[in-house]
Amino acid sequence: MRYGNHDVLTGVSFTARPGEVLALLGPNGAGKTTTIEILEGFRMRSAGHVRVLGVDPAHGDEAWRARLGVVLQSWRDHARWRVRELLAHLGSYYAPFSTPQRPRPWDVDELIEVVGLTSHATKRLSQLSGGQRRRLDVAIGIVGRPEVLFLDEPTAGFDPHARREFHDLIHRLSDVDDTTILLTTHDLDEAEKLADRILILAGGTIIADGSADELSRRVAAEAEVRWSLDGQRFVHATHDATAFVRDLFAQHGDRLTDLEVRRASLEDTYMAMVLAVESGRGEQAVKTFGEAIR
Amino acid sequence: MNVTLHAARAGVRRGLIELRQILTSTQEILGFAGPVVIFLVVLYFMRNATVPGTTFSLGASTLPSLLGMGVAFTGMATIAQQLTIEREDGTLLRAKATPNGMLGYLIGKIILVAALTIVGLLIQLIAGLLIIDGLNLTSPGAWLTLTWVLVIGLVATMPIGAVLGSLFDDPRTLGFVMLLMMGLAAISGIFYPITALPGWMQAVGQIFPVYWLGLGMRSALLPAEMAAVEIGGSWRHLETLGVLGAWAVLGLVVAPIVLRRMARRESGSAVERRRQKALQRAPF
Repeated sequence: MRYGNHDVLTGVSFTARPGEVLALLGPNGAGKTTTIEILEGFRMRSAGHVRVLGVDPAHGDEAWRARLGVVLQSWRDHARWRVRELLAHLGSYYAPFSTPQRPRPWDVDELIEVVGLTSHATKRLSQLSGGQRRRLDVAIGIVGRPEVLFLDEPTAGFDPHARREFHDLIHRLSDVDDTTILLTTHDLDEAEKLADRILILAGGTIIADGSADELSRRVAAEAEVRWSLDGQRFVHATHDATAFVRDLFAQHGDRLTDLEVRRASLEDTYMAMVLAVESGRGEQAVKTFGEAIR
Repeated sequence: MNVTLHAARAGVRRGLIELRQILTSTQEILGFAGPVVIFLVVLYFMRNATVPGTTFSLGASTLPSLLGMGVAFTGMATIAQQLTIEREDGTLLRAKATPNGMLGYLIGKIILVAALTIVGLLIQLIAGLLIIDGLNLTSPGAWLTLTWVLVIGLVATMPIGAVLGSLFDDPRTLGFVMLLMMGLAAISGIFYPITALPGWMQAVGQIFPVYWLGLGMRSALLPAEMAAVEIGGSWRHLETLGVLGAWAVLGLVVAPIVLRRMARRESGSAVERRRQKALQRAPF
């Protein structure tokens, strides 16, 4: 993907399996939105091979479109419409694409309940709070019971409670409805909670691909062990925390207190990389991070 | 069921829902009433003047012209404004993300704007009749003419509005275009017979739909002998049909191309970029 003579995406290669939740993670400007817009068919790519549900998004027809869900970063569209009215209207476009396996659209009242908007069903959209509005956006994205769902920074501006509820909804969609989900975020914690697999995108390239656990295992060559002995604090970095702790117990037994083992987390490394990218030392940081992961 | 037909029906429902939303909103109703009040004031001051060379009331002759201008402006401006605003607020992108959503969106807009034009026309006509008399409203021929002028006028002006709304994605630029349209009204014989203008202005005025819509409405509602003060001393129905028809054909060819090009460019980041721009110019 190019803008002018600047390559924005150069090595973005991945596959999602049905029912999988993929998080596309990366600092601002890494190319997350560009990637997701190419997959949604909203943006033409300059080169490369892309298939979503077996179809090239650049040539996807309306039947293909009906199998996708897109949660947009909304602003203030349909301000005069009421919640239930809009969901029923947008849902009606999906009815001709209903199949016995996947009845479309989602029953409106049930969907409103799923996203927790039942008490706001007759409100105008302009009267909703930010969090309610976002939940409605998610509802619009899934009203057609999509097989693939794209979410671009779905929880931006959520409070912790709304975030928790949103995470439950995502789990439900992938577990109960077998929806394949691709979401972008720059919050590693969220990616860890939601995703079966995390793709880290930086400088237009995927530099890491794996479960949160795999990634942190690969990054964390060293662990940090902290403990107290007779009121004094100690810290030690080691490659084999288990053996080191076994040793500690053997030496000190009951006198050992406040034991703490902390893997140098993926987050530490990731945050360092994000900081470096944002302060303009991007390429070097991406390279270092990539090497740490491989 | 046929998928396209299904989306078309959704579009009709969409248009009716939006019409209800507008007609039940005090703010929108006031927006409607504003121009009507201005027209009434204009007509009131014209009530004693006469059309030059006749004893016929200038006010009575201006009312149909205003109706014609109303059709042209609602057709062009409302579609253009709605497209620009709804592109900025993400409504269009939403339609694009929905299967056949763009088709539904467009049909909804056409229904909405056609209905708003008719409502506006009736409001102006009824309000105007409070001050003006001498209009020919009782013959079926008057209503027949009014109807065909209205229909061809809508088909001629809505695609122009769609093209303008697609080309200008900044509501402020569009405001400037609207100003130009007001200028166009001044040389289209709406407030004063076009024959009073210099020849070249008459020629320019006759290129655009506003003049022909005004003429068509006058031909429907004024007594037949008033044709004498028009260019060529005739209502020129054939020419009206010809010019408005040409605009309609041109529009129906060009508008889908421009609309498709505009729709293709819509994406989340395009909406976001416009949002940032709008936030920057918002006063704090």
